[in-house]
Amino acid sequence: MRKCELTSLDKVFEKISSLSSLYLPVHQKNGAEFKKWEKGVKMSDALNTNRSAKDFFFPQAENLMEFKTEGKNIEVIDTRKENEDFVLFGVKACDVKSFEILDRVFLVDPVDTFYKARREKGVIISLACNRPSETCFCSSFGIDASNPEGDISSWMDDTNIYFKANTEKGEKLLSSLSDVTKECDDSSADNQKQKIKEILNKLPLKDLDLSEFGKDKTEKFFDAPQWKELSDTCLGCGTCTFVCPTCQCYDIKDFKTNDGVIRFRCWDSCMYSDFTKMAHGNSRLTQLERFRQRFMHKLVYYPTNNDGLFSCVGCGRCLSKCPISMNIVKVMKALGGKQDARQ
Amino acid sequence: MPDNETLIPKIGVITDVRIDTPDVKTFRVVTPDGKKAFDHKPGQCAMLSIPGVGEAMFSITSSPTNTEYMEFSIKKCGCVTDWLHQAETGQQITIRGPYGRPFPVEEVFKGKDLLFIAGGIGLAPLRSVINYCRHFRENYGKIDIVYGSRSKDDLVDYKEIIDEWVKDENIFVHLTIDNPQDGWDGHVGFVPNYVKELNFDTNKTVIVCGPPIMIKFTLEGLCSMGFDKTQVYTTMELKMKCGVGKCGRCNIGAKYVCKDGPVFRCDELDELPDEY
Repeated sequence: MRKCELTSLDKVFEKISSLSSLYLPVHQKNGAEFKKWEKGVKMSDALNTNRSAKDFFFPQAENLMEFKTEGKNIEVIDTRKENEDFVLFGVKACDVKSFEILDRVFLVDPVDTFYKARREKGVIISLACNRPSETCFCSSFGIDASNPEGDISSWMDDTNIYFKANTEKGEKLLSSLSDVTKECDDSSADNQKQKIKEILNKLPLKDLDLSEFGKDKTEKFFDAPQWKELSDTCLGCGTCTFVCPTCQCYDIKDFKTNDGVIRFRCWDSCMYSDFTKMAHGNSRLTQLERFRQRFMHKLVYYPTNNDGLFSCVGCGRCLSKCPISMNIVKVMKALGGKQDARQ
Repeated sequence: MPDNETLIPKIGVITDVRIDTPDVKTFRVVTPDGKKAFDHKPGQCAMLSIPGVGEAMFSITSSPTNTEYMEFSIKKCGCVTDWLHQAETGQQITIRGPYGRPFPVEEVFKGKDLLFIAGGIGLAPLRSVINYCRHFRENYGKIDIVYGSRSKDDLVDYKEIIDEWVKDENIFVHLTIDNPQDGWDGHVGFVPNYVKELNFDTNKTVIVCGPPIMIKFTLEGLCSMGFDKTQVYTTMELKMKCGVGKCGRCNIGAKYVCKDGPVFRCDELDELPDEY
């Protein structure tokens, strides 16, 4: 383990950014977002960023290729450039876990090479959550906010930040920080971990019961009467999908430029009415069906295909961003037996 | 460009356009150097696109035993298909695939008596299997084909059916149209009813494709005749974008139609939520 005084943290950032681009949570008008670090930029101490860190591997929109057409002929142009090395600093335990969930989609055969190229170039430095809040329920999914994963884990107390490398990539980066960090005992962050654990134990959602959900529960929940009340007021705005670190549905579209066509992909949402619309009809005509799809996918379908792993990390973004205050916790409580879905 | 680039397509050239019905054309596609774009198995699909118009999934209607080219029978019913219907020979498009789980022609169908049941454009995916079985005729038992459409003019591949299939020994073609028509002396009536009238032996393996409502009533009819759902195979269609189980569109229950399907055994469909 290595450490650095918080007053010298900028030196760490400076060193990292001399090696590759460094992105970290920075305070913006409406909360924190990951931004590129440059001299003078201060890291936000917000609990988490508005948007998750998935953007770095699965961006909101990205060009896949270009086409040039001439008469009846088409030329396909691979426009990809070598991705740059980058470091993501201050990724919270929940978001780190979300990468594993996305990996199980994009890195299984056939591999999504666009995602893979970014994943290989990124080094993740996680940061333990000093102030997990009442919207957090990562512990329900077996995530320990006091002990985040990532290539390097870090902990911050009032005076120091501590780094521990977990992977080869992490070791390499941490060893390049030897000038700006000092060796310290592996137990140095234990006090801070303990403090965080105490807060986690007091969180209102820590005992969220997941035992009802998971593999092969489609029949149990698909026709549950609760879906009606839960979805009644859903606007279908897709905010939950876009702030969600594990939502990975996408659209592929063409954009005509002056001298060709760009084919790009962008985030999409199963909450949208045209998501399943095709020439011969639409398999999910009502918002109830679309709403159900999103939660069934996270709580039943994904776990069925992925050894019981849920496609939710309890980051709480949907709890704080949904305009009608609907969220996965209410869904779980309602389906899990609680009478009033709005509790 | 590595071969495993799933989203990046190859160029295909339309070398022949056959007008099948008022709204179905069959397109022959090869690579610019005149070869087949890739090998496939019966029932598999390919993504065809026209840059600037869109990309859509189509079943490959030609048999894998055709080593020269691929064919796609396409009904005019949306943006991509409208565009294709006005395309002339020599037009380039893009093509990627093959996608999906094929019909188990070797593992299950081999040695069995086969009953193909198709309605309208639903013949397109079955034609691949039918011609595969005709090619390896000795591997399969008796073959019955029940095919129906709205009218005589709406029967896809009519020429091939009349010139080749009905002339094959041990292949029995049963055509039907929905309403009586001048110049038609064959059967008149809906496919599900005709299947019941024909009263087939229940030892057959059945392959059915057509409009969802036709599949539904045909399956009910087959079950009432004593067929088990484990004997019946069908092929599904849902909105698709990536073709490789990642974009999320064709997700139904824990399955993705593009990679776990499009071919399903009918008892497997019972395990999926009812939203197809």
